[in-house]
Amino acid sequence: MTASPRPKFLDLTKIRLPVPGLVSILHRISGAALFLFAGVLLYLFQESLASPESYVRFRALADHWLAKLFLTGMLWAFLHHFFAGLRYLLLDVDIGSELGTTRVMSWAVLGTSLALTVVLGVCLW
Amino acid sequence: MVKSVIGAHYGLGDWLVQRVTALLMAVYTIVFAGILLICPPQHYGEWRALFENQPMRVATFLFFISLFWHAWIGVRDILMDYIKPTSVRLGLEILVAVLLVGYAGWAIQILWSS
Repeated sequence: MTASPRPKFLDLTKIRLPVPGLVSILHRISGAALFLFAGVLLYLFQESLASPESYVRFRALADHWLAKLFLTGMLWAFLHHFFAGLRYLLLDVDIGSELGTTRVMSWAVLGTSLALTVVLGVCLW
Repeated sequence: MVKSVIGAHYGLGDWLVQRVTALLMAVYTIVFAGILLICPPQHYGEWRALFENQPMRVATFLFFISLFWHAWIGVRDILMDYIKPTSVRLGLEILVAVLLVGYAGWAIQILWSS
C-alpha cells in the first residue's frame, strides 16, 4: 500500500510562525550570515592588530557608513545568535520549556538582542 | 527482537561539541565585553597589548577554534537540510571544511605574529 501524499502548505508569506519558531529560524539565518562573513571579520581583526599602519587603515575603513552598516548587521547576528543560543542551553537543562515561559523567553531573546544592537550601534555610529 | 539503531553515530558527539564550544565562546564573549567596558583600549598600543598578553592570546585562540568547530557543525546541518543531491552537498561540505581549517590557520597567524 502506498501512502497518500500528505497535504503541504509551504507559502512562506502566509505562514505565521510562533515566536519560538521565529527565534529558531533567525538563529539559523544569523549563524549562516556570521559564517558567510567570517572571512571579512577576520580580515578586519587582522588589520586592527597587525601594525600601527594597518590599524590606521582599519579605523578609516570602519569609519565608512557602509562598513558601519555591515558591522551593525553582524552585531545583531552575533547578539541574536548568542541570546538564542543561551536559551537553547537553558532548554537543555529543562529551564523554560513550559509554553508560557518559552514564549516570554523567546520575546526576551528578540528584544534583548535588538535593544543591545541599538545601544551598541549608537556607539558605533 | 532488538531493533538496531542505524545512522552514522556522530549525532550525540556533535550535539555535545556544539554545546561545549557554545559555552566556551559565551564565557569568552562576556569576559571580553567586560574588558572593553571597564578599560577600553584607547589606541593601537593598548589594543595590541591586550592580545600580546599570553592568557588572553590563548583564550582568543580557544575562542576561534570553538567558533570554527561550532560553525562546521552548524553549516553542515544547514547543508544537510537544504542541499539534497549528494554530490553537490559533499562538494559544498568539503569547501566549508577547507575554508574553516584555513580560517583556523589564519587566526593563529594573526594572533602569534602580533
